[in-house]
This record gives sequence, structure tokens and C-alpha cells, in this order.
Amino acid sequence: MAKAKLKEHRINRDWCKGCGICVAFCPKTVLEMDDKDKAVAARVEDCIACRLCELRCPDLAIEVEVEEP
Amino acid sequence: MTRQIKFIQGNEACVEGALYAGLDFFAGYPITPSTEIAEHLSRRLPQRGGKFIQMEDEIASMCAIIGASLTGKKVLTATSGPGFSLKQEALGYAVMAEIPCVIVNVQRGGPSTGVPTHVSQGDVMQARWGTHGDHSIVALTASNHQDVFAMTVEAFNIAETYRTPVILLFDEVVGHMRERLEIPEKGEIPLVERLRTAVRGGVDYHPYLPREDGRLPMSDFGDVHRYNVTGLVHDMWGFPSDNPKIVHGLLRHLVDKIESNASQMAHYKTFYLEDAETVLVSFGSAARSALHVVEHLRPRGEKIGLLELQTLWPFPADVIQEYCNPARTTVVVEMNMGQVCQMVKTTVRHPERVFLANRIDGVFITDADIRNVLRLIEGKGV
Amino acid sequence: MAVKDYIRQRFFPHLWCPGCGHGIVLNGLIRSVERLGMSRNEMVMVSGIGCSSRISGYMDFHTLHTIHGRALAFATGVKLSKPELNVIVPMGDGDALSIGGNHFIHAARRNIDMTAIVMNNRIYGMTGGQYSPLSGPGIMATTAPFSNIDQAFDVVEMAKAAGATFVARTTTYHVQQMADIIRAAILHEGFSVVEVMSQCPTYFGRKNKQGGAVEMMKRMKESTTPIGSKAKAEHPELIERGIFVQTDKPEYCSEYDRIIERAMGGV
Repeated sequence: MAKAKLKEHRINRDWCKGCGICVAFCPKTVLEMDDKDKAVAARVEDCIACRLCELRCPDLAIEVEVEEP
Repeated sequence: MTRQIKFIQGNEACVEGALYAGLDFFAGYPITPSTEIAEHLSRRLPQRGGKFIQMEDEIASMCAIIGASLTGKKVLTATSGPGFSLKQEALGYAVMAEIPCVIVNVQRGGPSTGVPTHVSQGDVMQARWGTHGDHSIVALTASNHQDVFAMTVEAFNIAETYRTPVILLFDEVVGHMRERLEIPEKGEIPLVERLRTAVRGGVDYHPYLPREDGRLPMSDFGDVHRYNVTGLVHDMWGFPSDNPKIVHGLLRHLVDKIESNASQMAHYKTFYLEDAETVLVSFGSAARSALHVVEHLRPRGEKIGLLELQTLWPFPADVIQEYCNPARTTVVVEMNMGQVCQMVKTTVRHPERVFLANRIDGVFITDADIRNVLRLIEGKGV
Repeated sequence: MAVKDYIRQRFFPHLWCPGCGHGIVLNGLIRSVERLGMSRNEMVMVSGIGCSSRISGYMDFHTLHTIHGRALAFATGVKLSKPELNVIVPMGDGDALSIGGNHFIHAARRNIDMTAIVMNNRIYGMTGGQYSPLSGPGIMATTAPFSNIDQAFDVVEMAKAAGATFVARTTTYHVQQMADIIRAAILHEGFSVVEVMSQCPTYFGRKNKQGGAVEMMKRMKESTTPIGSKAKAEHPELIERGIFVQTDKPEYCSEYDRIIERAMGGV
């Protein structure tokens, strides 16, 4: 199966409660907490579109859009 | 007109009434003296495509019928004192969430396990206040099988009209005695069917917004409207709220929808009341003995009559006042320590003229018991 | 349909604390339902009382938020009266197994087709952190200030003993497994029990010095293992994850339909 390619990484800042789960478990340390205690994709170019952040977010705040193959 | 005639127990007369009204679903648990209702329905319901389930306890039975009502069914459960106590929390849920359902309590000796096989009428106040919080309730009763049938049908009609639980307070004597019942033909007694919303799919449906006529159209689970049902105080969409205006509005609505329609629900029967100086007030099986007393004393020149209540809650204050205020003496006949008598006293203009003729030992109150009380009131001794 | 179509978006952000595991269960649940392509009108979600049970308010299904411990009894009435509905019953550990224990046993015993999701955070969160029957000995809680002496029991073993025909366990760390298990549980025709070990960082975590959500999820990763793994053989204290039971037995509503056939046929 071809590797998924990231199209867009979106974080809903109204819904994000800054729990840090996505940051802690990202396999490529793409994410970090900003000065407002919200998650941001600081190194989005490293994202492998595994979507674990999207699946693990308790707030449904993350949407990982993948390129259509 | 060929009506079906049966010689059956009162519990079975209740079953006939429920089936006549369109009962689809029963959940219950065995408890003396109501078990026969479950037993009959376990056979009769599947015979007509309805569903019966014996749940693991009384609480589960009450919860299950609420769930079934939300899929659009007419539902019933039946129990006695201890089971009625268990059901109270879920009954309150049905009040709060405005779920049509009918709950039969065939009263027996209480409190607690009490005297399971003997009669009492001790749950009248519990029917009113058993569940917590400010609320109103509808409770009907009957003294003979024809009225057990009629009041059961009426209970379903009231439940559907007002989106409310309705309690049928029968008692062990009526429940277990055998008597003649004539089953009315289809159409003889009008039935109230579930009022469903006319709001189309895709349009905002408010499960808790009353229509102009005060009725609340429902929508079945599985149909096009997806809404929330909760026991928390809620807004008109069914979502929880603690907003003071919403709390006030909802509680007032729950009470007013019953209390302001009390006169429409006030069922009663009168016997020889036109010129009565002594009025007996009774209900359920005790009213049978009270009627004997009246029929015995009238030919002897006594101006005595009977007011038989078939609606206990909302308490028919207007009816009590109409018939008891002009009387010299009112005697409430019941098999408890004066639960209805207490209500009559707070209702009439002259509470000092209200007396209690009762029996609390599990033995059916007789006309002799009542006549003795009448003699004592008159100072004549027994 | 997009996953967001399955939730009532106007109520977000939801009421759960930052890092609460229940949000992860909600996440997994909507993805499972979306993958199954189910119509929202055929889904009924019945919940009880507690943080877990608030999940129903966020789902765009027919939702029934009932009383503490009794969700399965309400759900039985819904399902038996209209078996074509798909009934999902999310509950907390206290709701399902303390006050609701009796109904849990009997719904499993009947093998009625519905999916019970026990969101087990081993605490009563909504009321401020009291111990639950799943807390286990040694745990600190507001009603166990000198530490809890109550033994817990194994939800999977309880469900098995009661007769559930689909029994599984996973955690909020193992999101892929959770989505797969929930899907299989919903598809299963019979009583399905999915225990999801969830974290309450606000009460359980703080009072028991288990850190925040991240530390608690790391702990779930380290203290669990797939069923029958080598690690389990070497470390019996590990908790097994996966599908423990997946069998076919007569389903309650179908059996009752046969009763109706018999009754109407005059047998």
C-alpha cells in the first residue's frame, strides 16, 4: 500500500484543550504546545500522515487531510 | 351488539382493558397480588404480535417500558407495594421526560413486605409523592371489574393525551376476586392514539415545545428526528440546562399540564347523593362495602349517599366540595390510616364534620364496620 | 458521510476535562460508526449518569440519557420493542458495574443484541473522585482517604460469566484496536461488551500521583499486552487486550419473534 501523503494538518483551537496527548505520542515530533497552551504542527513537513494525533485527540480538534492517491 | 362476557379476576379485567387500549409492550416482575397481570400478558401479548418481558427486577421493568414507549409503543407494568417503591426513581424520570406509560399497583398490606396476600389501600399518598421533587401525578382506581376495564383504558388515554405516566391504584380484593366483565366492542370506548409530530425530516423538531392546545407531539426513536431525552431539566430540544428561567418554566409546565386539566380527569360515581345528609366518600374495593351500607340504610329512611372516587390524583377537590360541603357528616371509608380522609379534611369547608371509617388489619372492611362507625359518630354506641 | 456528521457540533468543545479518556472513546466510536456506514436514524444511544454517560449528548443519534445504573434496562425496552434499531450503551465503570451490576449481568445473560461500552476510569469522576468497584486496593480517593480496601473484579470475566457473546478489552492509548473492536462489537449479533480502560487525570491521576493524561496513557501501554502474548506468559500481572469471546448464541429479540410466531400460530 502506498504511503499516505499529508495534504493539510488542521487544529481547531476552539476545541483544543491543550492536554498534550498529540504532542507526546507523535512518532515524528511534528507537534508542540504553543504559548497559549494549544497544540500546533510546528514541523508539519515531517508529518507522515499516520493520523495517530487525529485518532488520539480527546477533543476531536485535529483533522489530518491526506492526498488522494 | 354481541359483547364478549367473561367471569374473571380483576387483574385479568385490567389486562383486557390494556389490550383494548392497544397495549404493545409489557415489562414486569412477579409480585403478589399483581402477578396474574404479568402471567396473562405473557400469553396474550405475543398472541397479537406484542412483546412481553420479565425483567430482572421492578426497577428494570419500569425502565424498560420507558424505553419501549420511546419507540412508539403503548406500554404497561404492574406491581404491588414493595415494587412500587422500587419504581419511584424511574417513574420520576417518566414524569420529567414526559413519557406516556401506565403503572398498575395492586395494593397489599404494607409497609415493607407487609401482608402480601391481604388487602390495603395504603399507597395513596405514595402514588402522589413517591418520587422526589415537585411534580404532579395522575392516579385512577376502581371498585369493580367493569370500571377496572374502563379506568385502564382511560389511563392509556390520559397517558397519551398529556404525555405522562398514569398510575392505576387497584387493590388485592379487586385484583383477585372474580366477577363478570362485559368487554365492549371495538370503537365503543374512544381511544387516544400517540400524537406524532407533523414536522418533516430535516426541519427542527422540538420534542418539548407544547402546541397551542398544550399537547406535545412525539417522534418515535428510529424515525427521522434525532433528539435527546434526559431526566435532567432540559430545554425544548431535550438538552440539559440549569438556567433558572428554563428550570422554572419546565417544572411549572410539568405540574400545570396535569393540575389545570384536573377537572377533565376527575372521574367519580354518585349514589343517592341528591339529598344526602351523610356522605360516604370511598374508592376501590372499600367502596363496595360503602355502597352496601347506603343501600341498606336508604330504605330505612336514612339520608345517606356515596361518592365513589375513581380519580385519586389530581385530587378531585371540586367534586369533594360540591358533594361534601352541603352534608352534615362526611365519612371517608378506606383501608389505611386516613390518607384520603386527610385530603378531604383540607378540602371541605367544615373539616370538623369529616370522619374516618377504616380498617388496617388486612381484613376487608365490611358494611358492619362502617355502620359501627356511623353509630359511634351519632353517639349511639355499637 | 464525514465523521463530524455523527456529532452534535454545536455543543463542542465538550464538557470533559483536558486529557479525559472519554473524549478518545467518542473519537473512536464515531470513526467506527462512520466506517460501518450506518444511518444515524437507525442508531439509538442509551447512557446512564456520570462523565462517561454524557457522551450521548454529543452524538447525533436518537439519544436517551437515563438514570444511574439503569441504561441497559432502558436499552432492553428500546431494542426489544423495535429490534431493527442499533443500540449502543456507553456507561462508566460505576454506572455499569456498581449500581448497574444487576442489569449488566442480565442483559448479558439474555444475549440481547446491543453494544455495551464500559468506559472504565476506575473512579466516580462526575461527583468529584470517589472510589468505584473497579478502583482496586491501595487507591486513594475522596471516600478512601486512608486508601481503598475494596477489591476490584475483572470486567471481562464478569461479562464472560454472565453469558455475553462478545467480550473485548482495550485502552484509550490503543486507538486503532479500539476502533476495530468497537466495529466488531457493533456488528456482532448478540450482547457485546467492550471495556475501554480510560484515564481520569483530574481525580484518579492526581490523587494517585499517576501524572497527567500522557503519563496515564503511557502506563496503559506498559501495563497491557495482547491476549496470549509471550509478555503475558512472562509477566502475569499484565492486563490482556483484545477480543476474548466472540461466539454465536440465540439472540433474545430473534428468539422472542419465534415465540410470537408460535403464539400467533396457536401452538
